[in-house]
Amino acid sequence: MEQLPKWADLVVVPLVGLIMAFVLSMLMVLVTGHDPIQALKLMVSGALGSTYGWGYTLYYATNFIFTGLAVAVAFHASLFNIGGEGQAAIGGLGVALVCLFIPWPHWTIALLAASASAAVFGALWALIPAYLQAKRGSHIVITTIMFNFIAASLLNYVLVNQLRPRGSMDPATAKFPEATHLPSLGDMLGAVGIPFAKGTPANVSLFVALAACVFVYYLIWRTRLGYQLRAFGKSQPAAVYAGINPVKITIITMMISGALAGLMAINNVMGEAERLILGSVEGAGFIGIAVALMGRSHPIGILFAALLFGALYQGGAELGLWTSIPRELVIVIQALVILFTGALDNMVRLMVAKVLIRPKRAEA
Amino acid sequence: MSEPAIELKGISKAFGPVQANKDISIRVMPGTIHGIIGENGAGKSTLMSILYGFYKADKGEIYIAGTKTSIPDSQAAIAAGIGMVFQHFKLVQNFTVLENVILGAEDGALLGPSLTKARKELTALAAEYELNVDPDAVIQDIGVGMQQRVEILKALYRQADILILDEPTGVLTPAEADQLFRILHRLKDEGKTIILITHKLREIMEATDTVSVMRRGEMTATVKTSETSPEHLAELMVGRKVLLRVDKKPAQPGEKVLEVENLKVVDSKGVVRVKGISFEVRAGEILGIAGVAGNGQSELLEVLGGMRTGTGTIRVNGQEIDLSGKHSDARSRRERGIAHVPEDRQREGLIMDFKAWENIAFGYHDDVKYQSGLLMNNTAIRKDAEGKIERFDVRPANCDLEAKSFSGGNQQKIVLAREIERDPDLLLVGQPTRGVDIGAIEFIHQQIVALRDKGKAILLVSVELEEILSLSDRVAVIFDGQLMGERLPAETDEKELGLMMAGMTSEPDGPVHKAVEAQLAHVHGKAP
Repeated sequence: MEQLPKWADLVVVPLVGLIMAFVLSMLMVLVTGHDPIQALKLMVSGALGSTYGWGYTLYYATNFIFTGLAVAVAFHASLFNIGGEGQAAIGGLGVALVCLFIPWPHWTIALLAASASAAVFGALWALIPAYLQAKRGSHIVITTIMFNFIAASLLNYVLVNQLRPRGSMDPATAKFPEATHLPSLGDMLGAVGIPFAKGTPANVSLFVALAACVFVYYLIWRTRLGYQLRAFGKSQPAAVYAGINPVKITIITMMISGALAGLMAINNVMGEAERLILGSVEGAGFIGIAVALMGRSHPIGILFAALLFGALYQGGAELGLWTSIPRELVIVIQALVILFTGALDNMVRLMVAKVLIRPKRAEA
Repeated sequence: MSEPAIELKGISKAFGPVQANKDISIRVMPGTIHGIIGENGAGKSTLMSILYGFYKADKGEIYIAGTKTSIPDSQAAIAAGIGMVFQHFKLVQNFTVLENVILGAEDGALLGPSLTKARKELTALAAEYELNVDPDAVIQDIGVGMQQRVEILKALYRQADILILDEPTGVLTPAEADQLFRILHRLKDEGKTIILITHKLREIMEATDTVSVMRRGEMTATVKTSETSPEHLAELMVGRKVLLRVDKKPAQPGEKVLEVENLKVVDSKGVVRVKGISFEVRAGEILGIAGVAGNGQSELLEVLGGMRTGTGTIRVNGQEIDLSGKHSDARSRRERGIAHVPEDRQREGLIMDFKAWENIAFGYHDDVKYQSGLLMNNTAIRKDAEGKIERFDVRPANCDLEAKSFSGGNQQKIVLAREIERDPDLLLVGQPTRGVDIGAIEFIHQQIVALRDKGKAILLVSVELEEILSLSDRVAVIFDGQLMGERLPAETDEKELGLMMAGMTSEPDGPVHKAVEAQLAHVHGKAP
């Protein structure tokens, strides 16, 4: 098959997929007896039409950037890390321990320590499947997905039996101390005179996520480790020929991936909930897969894909709030976007290729 | 004069911007062996795929025995009496010969009647064409020569009158190839038409009646084989005069660079692939390892290159190297002055999705001159790559193209540029010209000889005997993981090496030995 120009592959293909997903979604809305145009308007304005909406959209996007980057880094080494969910949950435990048991003088230092702790916890959670893959050949897809369940059970145990404050009926830790509360985006923008809705969950972690994008870009394309990791991902026999140790690369890559997923916890646990609750990851680990696919495993692509999914999450919530469109339909819409931009990527690409390449041949 | 068995008129086929076949017309007379020769990518396979119904031609007509025929799929090709023997056999490994022959041509839901019929048919075919194969043998237990016969039988069982063979001798020993050509002549005598696709000039000269030459999608000439010469054909293929023999001075061997003692290699399945071999390579000489693919030469190269582990002793410049411990990886080998041009450049030697300049650093990415602080110094790598690509005449000379966009020959030049310009003490070269066009072969051979003349040691592994004979200063033959002996190229020939490659001295009662005996009788009969 002919190759698409880069811009078409990066922009046109996801865009066409997105449009198809929305058209189908709107048909679904129509079938359920609602006005699709109004629903679409509500979703867009709910997610992007106000700083309040943006406050939520950016909060979700922050989560997805972290998990999307996590999946992408592993993808480059052709490892499929489905364990973002579990790694993020365990990252949350790392954040909670640091915030609860160490008295911090200021949120900046707390944030640094919590980030480090979240990354280390996430990385260690990814280390076990990575080791099993590298040394024993246990397939990483199977092991990481199983580790999601183990993480959930572990967290259940820790929250119910260890970290739950005495007398509380809620399987959650106590509220983190005041000094560890992160400034929200509203506070920060307000301080520099930009009006932004207060009380929305987007917080300073967004900037950590952006920094992570830059970090991943340099890691993958500019460092020796990234070079080795990409070579390993493209051809394992070639990697062996070049003297790249497959065991080492597998383990290091997965630990970086796990660390990025774990980092998500500074946003949802430290920034938003300010305590560790059960099920705090809310599927962001899985959304990360779609984000990485749609973003072509490139930090800039991931940034945009994460924003899109953030907006979908928030827009969907608005839809559930203001219309009688069932909440399930929102999940269907999200699923269609994942389907068209992720799974049916090649179908869309073929269609785009037909349109783009045919006329060229006629010219020749 | 009778109708041509096959006539193609004005066949054109394009893949996107690439014109694979351009207005090709060809007449193949019945009862002849017609050779089609051309470099890789000249369009031979595309043309045959059109004839066998895998591709549809954009333009042009196909006539079979004078009748215009459309061949939309391979079923139609079979119905038109065309049989194809692919380069890579399409056999079910754990089925018997008989089961493979009827596969896809069963007569009904029950296998019994088909098998009985096929058994009878096979016996008849065997008698008629001297195609003896045990119908109950399981494919994975028989040699490649036999497997190829099964492929031919499959075609004949389907009533093929026209047989297309795509690079049939790639996996055969010279003796097996001779047998194949005897079978083909027999088939021809019985009135079958044979199209032989190959890039080996020798086979064309020996086996065909007429030969068509393809270059860049066009049919440049069709000539009677008896009226042409290898040099002339090579010129038609490449479009300029080509030096077929390597021009080199006598070697001046110096110190021992590589010493191998009792090297053993066991693969991941526990099969012993290299069975205790010993040899040495001196500075300034090329040692060629001849052998049929799969006899342990790949594993030998991989151990030396640090891609797998082994036991025994290997010394480089007098110092022992680690064969199974912490330093038994490719990186340590490079640090010891061993460069490696691997057998499979697309799977091992290059990352096909990486750009040419990225591939120049491949394997040497730890080099300090490629680093700047924490990051890689892409500017330095690119500059280095530009020089190498220019000096090795890689075309197109564009560092930013991905490795997969280069032709086989130019990919190989990228690998060679990277390895040779490291100025290694020992160069390991596997199949340096596999899938490489004739024009580039000349250049690659010159580079290898030039490195030898600089006083470096070179270990060459190739399944092309011609290449081994023309490049090497000494030739060792490997069979079944053992070295069968060493010869000087001037004092041996393809026939002798061919017999050694078939394991002349091993297994007195094995099937190989019997085939060799038959071959020996043949040789002695000719030269009393």
